[in-house]
Order: sequence, then C-alpha cells, then structure tokens
Amino acid sequence: MVQNYRLDKIGLVNREKKLSFKFNGKKYFGYEGDTLASALIANGVHLVGRSFKYHRPRGFFGAGVDEPYAIVQLYRNGETEPNVRATEQELFEGLEAKSVNCWPSVNFDIGAINNFLNIFLPAGFYYKTFMWPRSFWYRIYEPFIRKAAGFGVASKEHDKERYEHKYEYCDLLIAGSGPSGLASAYAAAKNGARVILAEDKPRFGGSLLTSDVSINNQSGKEWADNIITELKGMTNVTVKNRAQIFGYYDHNMLVMSERVTDHLPKSEEFTPKQRLWYIRAKQVVISSGSIERPIVFGNNDTPGVVLASAAKEYMKVYGVLVGKKPIVFTNNDSAYETAIEFKKNNINPIVLDSRQDSNSEIVKEAKSLGIDIKFSHVVVAAKGYKKVKSCDIAEISEDKQNLNQIKNIECDCICVSGFWTPTIHLASQSGGKTKFKEEIDAFVPDKSKQKEVTLGSANGVFTLEETLKTSFDKGFELSKEITNNNNSQQIPKVSEKKHSKHDKFWCVPLPKGKKYKRFLDFQNDVAVSDIELAIREGYRSIEHVKRYTTLGMATDQGKTSNLNGLQLVSNIENKVVPAVGHTTFRPPYTPISIGAIVGREIGKHSKPTRKSPMHNWHEKNNAVFVDAGVWLRPRYYKRGNEGLFEASKREAENVRKNVGVCDVTTLGKIDVKGPDAAEFLNRVYTNAWLKLPVGKARYGVMLREDGIVMDDGTTTRISENHYHMTTTTAQAANVLSHLEYYLQLVWPELDVNVVSTTEQWAGAAIAGPKSRDLLQKLFPDTDVSNEGLPFMGFVEADLFGVNARIFRISFSGELAYEVNVESDNGNFMWEKIIEIGKDFDLQPYGTEALSTLRIEMGHVAGSELDGRTIPYDTGLDGLVSKKKDFIGKRSLLKKAYNEKDRQRLVGVVPLDKKTSIPEGSHLVKDPKGKLPNPKLGHISASCWSVEHNNPFSLAILKDGKNMIGSKLYAMSPLKNKTIAVEIVSSHYVDPKGERVRS
Amino acid sequence: MLYIKCPHCGLRSQNEFAYGGDASVKRPELNKEISDQEWDEFVYLRKSPRGKHLELWHHVSGCRQWIKVLRDTSTHEIFNTYKSEEKVG
Repeated sequence: MVQNYRLDKIGLVNREKKLSFKFNGKKYFGYEGDTLASALIANGVHLVGRSFKYHRPRGFFGAGVDEPYAIVQLYRNGETEPNVRATEQELFEGLEAKSVNCWPSVNFDIGAINNFLNIFLPAGFYYKTFMWPRSFWYRIYEPFIRKAAGFGVASKEHDKERYEHKYEYCDLLIAGSGPSGLASAYAAAKNGARVILAEDKPRFGGSLLTSDVSINNQSGKEWADNIITELKGMTNVTVKNRAQIFGYYDHNMLVMSERVTDHLPKSEEFTPKQRLWYIRAKQVVISSGSIERPIVFGNNDTPGVVLASAAKEYMKVYGVLVGKKPIVFTNNDSAYETAIEFKKNNINPIVLDSRQDSNSEIVKEAKSLGIDIKFSHVVVAAKGYKKVKSCDIAEISEDKQNLNQIKNIECDCICVSGFWTPTIHLASQSGGKTKFKEEIDAFVPDKSKQKEVTLGSANGVFTLEETLKTSFDKGFELSKEITNNNNSQQIPKVSEKKHSKHDKFWCVPLPKGKKYKRFLDFQNDVAVSDIELAIREGYRSIEHVKRYTTLGMATDQGKTSNLNGLQLVSNIENKVVPAVGHTTFRPPYTPISIGAIVGREIGKHSKPTRKSPMHNWHEKNNAVFVDAGVWLRPRYYKRGNEGLFEASKREAENVRKNVGVCDVTTLGKIDVKGPDAAEFLNRVYTNAWLKLPVGKARYGVMLREDGIVMDDGTTTRISENHYHMTTTTAQAANVLSHLEYYLQLVWPELDVNVVSTTEQWAGAAIAGPKSRDLLQKLFPDTDVSNEGLPFMGFVEADLFGVNARIFRISFSGELAYEVNVESDNGNFMWEKIIEIGKDFDLQPYGTEALSTLRIEMGHVAGSELDGRTIPYDTGLDGLVSKKKDFIGKRSLLKKAYNEKDRQRLVGVVPLDKKTSIPEGSHLVKDPKGKLPNPKLGHISASCWSVEHNNPFSLAILKDGKNMIGSKLYAMSPLKNKTIAVEIVSSHYVDPKGERVRS
Repeated sequence: MLYIKCPHCGLRSQNEFAYGGDASVKRPELNKEISDQEWDEFVYLRKSPRGKHLELWHHVSGCRQWIKVLRDTSTHEIFNTYKSEEKVG
C-alpha cells in the first residue's frame, strides 16, 4: 500500500527502515520513528474512533499528549492495553491496534444513532434519567451505563510484563526538554549541579524541532541535538526521553513515568516495560511548554480538523501531510508557520485570519510566498461526516458578533489555532498560585509554593530570545545556590521572527437558523449548548459546571478544552475569566498505567512472606498453609483424603488423648531488659508484676489508654533484670511501638530497653497428657516433674547439645510446654521432638486444631480481643489489679464499662448438637422479629468440640453473665441460617483448670 | 510524600515513619486522682489546628525513635524536628 500522504524530503523518520503494522485488521506500512498516528495519516487513514457520547467519527486532533481523539486498543506481544493515544505510541514492527467505542466497526457504528438522538442526551442526561425508578438501577441502568462507558477494554489476563520503581535524588529536576529546559539544564549542569532532564516524547528539543529559528547560526534542532549530546556525556546529568513527570507532590517529590520498552515489539529480558521514578529534587524547573488551543466553530470535531501546530509537527517531524487542500484558521501569527510549511511542500493553503490585519514579519513572508490570506474571515462550520470535505466560511464583523454572506469552499483539512495555553499543571499541583495573564488569555504560574520555577512558554513567554536568556540565568542561579560554583555560560545569539498580537477571539457565532454542534471537549462530547444549559439550570461554580457537563473530565483532562470552557462561562455570566477561576489541577498529568503504579509489588512480592525454620519440614509432611499476618503457618497436616475438618479434628483429639506438637515460632517475642523492667511491666500490664520470681512466667493483659484490651501473652523472668515477653502474632509490631512510646516519651526515667526477638527464637508447643513423658525423654538431665517444673515454671535446659528454654505454659488447656531454641536450631529441635514423640503417639497439629483446643477451653484470642472489648467482656477482669495503676486503668471506671448488663464472653451450643454456627452470626431472642432485629451479641469463634463431639462456639453477649442456660437464636443472613442455641459457660472443657496443673 | 529530618538519622522519606499525633499531650501521672473530664480530654480530645502543629512521628523503619516534628498542617512545611527528650519552644 502506498503512503499517499508521505512527503519525500522532510521529517526525522528513518526511511531506510520500513515497518508493517495492522489497524482494524488491515495491513499498512510506516517508518521507524513514526507514531501510530503519523503512520496512519501517511496512509490516508483519518477515521480512527468514535466519540464517547454521540459516537461521532473521530480522527486526529493533536500530535502528542493532548490528543483527545485517537485512542486505540493496542495489542503487543500477546497482551492488550486500552486507552493508548495513537499520537504517543511509537510504531514498531508488527504493531496491532483497533478502534474503540464503536460496534460493529468504526465505519459503521450503531451507537452513532446517539448523534441523531442528541436532543435527548443533553448535559446531565445521566443524572436526570437514571434516577428513577429506583428498582431499575441494578438490572437496567447500571449495565447500560457500564456498556456505554469507557473506551478500551482492560485485559482480564494477568499482566506478564515487568514494571519497576526507582528512587532518585538530584539538585535540579527539569520537566521538559524544549528551549527553556535545555538551556536551564545546560547552565546548571555546567555549574556542577546534579541534573535530571526529562522529556515525554522520544525526541528531545520540544518546539525547537519544528520552529523556524536559528541559535548561534544553527537550526533549533541542531542546537538542541548538540546540547543533548553534551549533557548525555556528563556524569552529573541524567537525561531521559519517553519520560513524563506527571505529579508534583509534597516536599519537592515528583513522580515520573518512563516508558522504557513501550516502543519495542516486546520487552527485552530483564528490562521493564515501564519504570516509575520517585524523584526528590532540591529545585525543580518546569519547562513543560504550552498547548495550542482550538477555536470553536460548527462541527469542529469532524475528522480532518486538527491543531495547526500538530499539522506542522506531522510535516516537519514525520514528513506527513494531514491534508492536501488545507484551510488554516487562526487568530494569531503562529499558524502562519504551518501555512508556510505547507507552501514549502508544494501545497497551497488558504489562511483565514480572524484579525482585521497583521503586518508582522511572518505574515509578510506568507504573503510574499503567494499564500492566499483572508483577514476578518472565519470557518463557520466544517462539512463532511467521516472526513472534512469542505467548509462554510464567512467574513466576520469587527465586534465578532455578525457573519456576512456564507461561502462554501472545498478543503480536506482545517488547521486551527486559537493561540497558546501554558501547561501549568505541575506548577499548580505543587500548591502554587496561578494568575490570569490578559495578553495571552490564559493562566500562568504566580507565586510558587515549593522550590520550583516555571520557564518559557509554560510561563507565558513566547519569544525564544527571552526564554533562552531567563533559562540560562535561572539554571546558573539555582545551581550556584546548591554547588557554590560560579561557571556561567554565554547566552547564545538567537534569530527569530517577531510576532504581532493575537486576536481575543475563540468562538465563531452560529449563523441564523443553524444548529451546528460546536464542541469544547472533544473526548466527552461537551458542546457549547451543554454549558449554556448547565448555566441555565443554575450551576455557577466552575467545579460544578465541570462535573455536571463532564467538561474536561475525559482521559485528556481537558488539555485542549478547559480554557475555552472558562471563556464561555465567563461570557454567559458576564464576568472575566479570572473571576470564574479554573478547576483544580491534580496528578497525574497524563494517564499512568496501573502496572507502573503497582511496580514489583505483585503476588508474593506485595508483602514479605515469613517462614519458620521448620517450614521445609511442614511442607514435606503435607502441611496445608494459611496466612497468619505475614507468616505462613501450617493449618493442618493432610493425611490421605482428609479435608480441613477431619484433619483438624484428628489432630485436636490426639492432643487431648496423647500429645501433639505445634510450631509457635510466629508468636511475637520482645526482650525487656533493665533495672526498672519489673516496674515497667507493672505499668504496662493490668496485673501485678513486681513479685514475679526469676524462673517463673505469668500471663498478662495490656490495655490501650481507652481501656480496650490491646494484647495478651505470657512474660517470663529469665533473670533478675531480663524478661522475655510474648505477644500475639498479629500484634507483635504494635506492642513494640507501644512499649517504645511509653519508654521514650512518657516515662523516660525508667531504665529499660526493649527489642524484638521474634526472629531469634524457634518455638514448639508440646501439649497433651503425655507431654511430660515426652519432655523427660527430650531432656533426660532436667527435672521436668510437676515439682521440678511446675505450671508457669521456666528452666533453661540442654537438648542434645543445643541450648533450649522450656516454659510450662498452655494455650490448649492441656498439660503443655513450649520449647524455644535459637532459630538456627529450630529444625533440629522439631525433628528430635517428632522422632522421640513417636513412642508417645505424637502428631503435629496446625492452627485449626490449635483454635479448636483454645475455643473449647474458653481461652480468648484475636477474635475476642478485637479492639472493641474491655477485660470484663472477655472474662479477664480477674487479672485487673485494684491496687496499682497501669495504662488504661482510669478508663475502666467509665459508666458504660460498668453497666450491670455489660456484654461478656459465653459459650454457645446448638440445641440439635449438630449444626455448626457460622462465625459472625448474631444472637437474637426472636428469629422472626422485625428488622432490624435487636442484636444481643455475636459469635466470635466456632469449632467442633472434640471433647464433647458437638459444635461449640464462643460469643460476646449482652448481660452474658446472667444468660447462662437461656435459649436464643444464632442468625446468619449471610449463610441464610437460623440456629436455636443454648448459652453455656465459656469454659466447656476442664472448667477448673486441673489439666494444666497436673 | 513528606521529607522528614530525623534528628538521629537525617532526612528520610515519610514512608519510613508512622504518625503519632499531638506531641503536646501529656499523660496524667500514675496514681493521681483525676476527674472524668480531664481523663476523657487526655484520651479522646485533640485539637486539629490549621497551621503550626507539634506532633510525634515514630521512625519505625529506621532508628525506632519517637521524634517531635513542628509542621504546618495546611502547607506541610516542616519548621524543625526534635529528639523526644528535647524541650520545644
């Protein structure tokens, strides 16, 4: 296929390298250095999509990040990506893309019927229509909106590409490599500053690539190339292309998205697709340039209507013509560069200039080239449906209110220029103020809030000479403050054409009797009439008008539409633009892929996975693991065809009957050391600690200052000034921070140190009636008799040459011990226990059996200590000292905490002794009560009691103390279950606690 | 993301720290008779000033020290940072 719109001798693409690609299934060719947009235009393809609301045909409007139309679905290396801007996507061999928002095809789109129904789809249509009737929402409205909304389709597959994050620091971060960016980067780098220069396009140079200027007798592009080459060779400079700085956050942290391999057919091995940079900069230079804004006229969204600057860029960078019969419609001088470029390539443009006259250098040049210029002329409306075929033009009166006789002239594109809008997004995101600059009809940065400066056309400066001067000066000045060096550079000599004033004209009036749609926001189909309607309906704040009409809310975030919208609102309201104000600029400046935001934090990389030293043994012995915080713990050890229920039941039964061993390495452990350790514990825990002898453990409960239980666990006095504290697995980190808070800030006079030792010790709980016999065999030289090692006793002992700590503590309610060894010896300990345990019918048990054992014993855990319960609620009030003060004690005097019918821990058994009660079920009196049925309590934990062989649950129940013996109902709407239950004591097994002391 | 100068470690990004609330709150002394109102004020009531605020931050992923930070709550400007034992103002 011939590239009919490709020019021969102009452009920066590599004509030596031809690339094939497919668009909507059809094969085309382009060149290396093309974007998908330029390659399609070269092939005469101008219809690439359909608009959001009316499904009107869409072509190309810009040539870069501001593109509102050409959004495609991209297919690359077996993956698909929605919402890709064709103007930014570089061409690679084998690229495939499809149009979005059209069905069955872009040429014949059924949704386009909306275009003819548009009187029924005004601003706020969705708000007005889908409100009523309410019952229609889920089944009819929502599916409809979901189908209609959005452009592309997100892949449901796992993204196989690699995305990375990087943290970087620099003296000067420069956003944009146009003249101001290059000049400030060069001046600062030469003065010794560490500089990062970021350019979102593949090519450096910004406007220098297309403007007709000379710097030090070189063309703008040559000068830019030389500066970039020199900067790249400097060790204190990082230069990045395809890198968009999209967010300016607090304390001069900016985030940049680098499209590392998006321009290649596939990512190279070990290379990410995209990389997100978090950059902390001492100073920031915002040299983000400006975006041309359109003039609003009838059917101004027809494919073939493009920005004049984009038409010029397509010619000068890509060697591509957007049309062969161009109309250039402008209110200023800059579009004449586009007209002249057409002329140089043997195309005859017609210039319509809304101004009455202009005698600037560039207009004179255009005239001398013989270009047809019609002053005081405007485009009234574009004609043609899928591509511009002609346009209605007219002479306009001086006050811009009236049109003279309308003429139709043939054309195939309309290059429009309504002057320039500085890209102030980053400056505004940093928290800086903006001000309206009358001369340019646009906002520019005012006082900056953070350490940043905005230069060049982003600051409303449109002459190269002034831009280069201030940028060289600023780059030097900022770097001098940081480096104290004094190497300034000579400012180069510039030659450029002087421009005359632009015309404050932005919207062509409708001719009498015509109802052309005049669009402001091209992606969201917001027309002049929509804004007028919103104002008529009473919307005044620009933020409200924006949300009601969706002006500027599309993926391009109104880069080409916002200012014209503001002009319109201020015209209707008879205000000036600064009085209307602009909507808030928020990051990201351009859409950022979810993959880049997530980076490497996916799957197992999203959080650390902590494994006990015995993990491999568990794995080999058919453990089924469960996440416990960041730890992996065996939930049960599968035998044969067992499921969770059978296996955990077998394991728990074996503990009650023989002996079991459980990996308890994950418990939090904190060393508390120092002469004041006992006093500190006495303040932290609710019970008394001053008299705990060396070699003894004690169970303790700690509260928050508001009286809520924070955590529980045993703490053992290892030696005079050394305590070993244990916490629950989940609360370990919080408890350490809590202790540090009190030691460092509240009681700094206490001579105590705390440090986490969770990782240093491996733990095994040995529980069951035969546990002492097993222990004696493991530690033949240690007296582990009931007298030698009584309940809550502690000894240090020798485990076949390895130092071990034995704590006689029990969570299962059986005679039990916990053995700790240094982590490196954990597996040795475990294998010894398993080996010797064989004689005692020992089985390992997992967290599920552990839960069963503690639940039927009425021991509380995280599901009862849930951040809503005080000691009384969980039956721990016996551990609250009346004599001494401690953290949170004063709160326990609260009236609500002392009500007679205060909630309390109880046991719950189903009357049929068969039906398990779902955790989270509510306890109610009347199962048929009117909703909301008064809730008396909730089921906190459920198990199959192995002792009684029936279901058993724990619950926190209002007036639980006096409810023992009463009959209630457990209701779980989630599981659709209602179960008749009896309230019993929470101590369902061994209520006197004899076994642990046996 | 804030850039906080830990008085022990130097400038570090906010994600190394945990916020700890108003640093001017003083815990009532132990074993002291105190009214319900005074206690409730200590436990629950915090000012939420717009402007300068002396607050606690815990350098959890660093030196594990609690530090004081004088910060403007509306602009996020950090005027100074202090060790836990330093008197401020």
